[in-house]
Amino acid sequence: MTDAATSLETVVRQEWGRLTSLLLARYRRLDLVEDALGDAVEAAARRWPDGGTPVNPAAWLLTVARNRILDRLRAESMAQRRQPLLVTDAERRDQGAAMADPGDLVEDDLLRLVLMCTHPALAPEAASALTLRLVLGVSTYDIARLFLVPEPTVAARITRAKKKVVAAGIPFAVPAADVLPQRLETVAQTAYLAFTAGYAPGSGPDLLRADLAGEAIRLVRVVRDLRPGEPATVALLALMLLQHSRRDARVGDDGRLVLLADQDRRRWHRDEIDEALALLADPVLAGPVSQLVASYIVQARIAAEHASATSPEQTRWDTIVGHYNLLLRLVPSPSVRLARAVAVAEASGPDAGLAALDGIEIPGSHRVAAVRAELLSRCGNAPSAAVAYDEAIAACRNDTERAHLVERRRALASPGHRSSATQ
Amino acid sequence: MKRYVILVAYEPGLWERAADETREEWYADHRAFDKYVVRHGHHLGTAPLAGRETATTLRHVDNRLQVTDGPFAETTEMIAGYYDVELPDLDAAIAAGALLPDPFTVEIRPVETIDG
Repeated sequence: MTDAATSLETVVRQEWGRLTSLLLARYRRLDLVEDALGDAVEAAARRWPDGGTPVNPAAWLLTVARNRILDRLRAESMAQRRQPLLVTDAERRDQGAAMADPGDLVEDDLLRLVLMCTHPALAPEAASALTLRLVLGVSTYDIARLFLVPEPTVAARITRAKKKVVAAGIPFAVPAADVLPQRLETVAQTAYLAFTAGYAPGSGPDLLRADLAGEAIRLVRVVRDLRPGEPATVALLALMLLQHSRRDARVGDDGRLVLLADQDRRRWHRDEIDEALALLADPVLAGPVSQLVASYIVQARIAAEHASATSPEQTRWDTIVGHYNLLLRLVPSPSVRLARAVAVAEASGPDAGLAALDGIEIPGSHRVAAVRAELLSRCGNAPSAAVAYDEAIAACRNDTERAHLVERRRALASPGHRSSATQ
Repeated sequence: MKRYVILVAYEPGLWERAADETREEWYADHRAFDKYVVRHGHHLGTAPLAGRETATTLRHVDNRLQVTDGPFAETTEMIAGYYDVELPDLDAAIAAGALLPDPFTVEIRPVETIDG
């Protein structure tokens, strides 16, 4: 890649959200801004390689995009068609509507953009796509690839979401101080939805799409820079970093899944683990937090236990079981019960694990059967383990994970293999 | 300002079963809603609706008008009434709608401007 192309990619990556939010605040036309910025990037790709990268690349893009918008507005005023405008809080103030104390408001267009894209009145998948596109500048092609859906589906989702924003009057605004923490939690949920989609895809040849998880982390960092000290973003960033730090060790050289116990811990990203541990020690997490934030903190503490163990044998499974007991009270879901059962098996043996597994059902998932198979095999009950493996293999939709299960099923016949049910 | 119709739905029989104090609370909730709307925008209209057993539905089927008993939407909840309001944005409409009695399900619909 040429220097000009690299610097264009960098500036798009770093400045897209800020440029979008500046243009939206100025022109309030959600339908024009994205196209105009896209045109500006295209123009840069043509002109920078020969003419040289401008001294201030972001300002260059802003000027070109602004001229595009002005051209369109001029053409429209000739046609005398009024297009619907985005509602902004500047407008609310003009109309004398009651506002929160201005001191409560963060004057930042990028935060306005993030809150608009993740508004709870948008469907979660639409909010994710809109946020990746408008805040992080990820192309619809890449969003489609990351979420494993066809590109036209993503394009339609984004178009529908933009229409709803304008038609329903979702404001380009920072809400009052009493609503803001809840809205920032919705931002966190949107980011975590994207993160988990990249971290554990249910199907397809790629076990991990770490780049989607990386984009989700980037979003949380953007929000944290805007509102430092918000418990939701601090806790979520810690959780994401800890899970993300293992990405290079999770897939072996042969493309197969590597379970947690078998991972080469030297391949974990130590800097990310250290950052996450520091985040977990942040005093804002010691105060009263919502149930959602509490669940992020507990999950992060579980991940931190793994990250701090120098070898699988050093893992403090009893501490982890304690964390899971707490998590189960916060989030009483079958997948939490399943994860707890795995921890119980490690702490107290496979029989205890099987007892903890009793009655857990996750429709459409192979995971319960896979864990049961593993624990039965550890108990030495090969025939029952084989049945459970067959069930898991039939339900598994991820190529890499299925290959792993098939291998475990085959290994049942050979005695003395080392096994682990944990990831 | 944006114009919204706020539809209010509830489980049939809820009002009939409610104790007097509960009904008083609900009246107070409606007054709080009203106050919010007047403070932040304009109240254009409202109407409580009679029960769905009194509804009549019209449809044109094969070029013939078909008149039937009952509401057009068969759900467990029934539309109990509406508010027609002008408010700055959806966040204000959500803040207003949140003041209405807890057992109600509230649907916020922006009003379209139709030219011509």
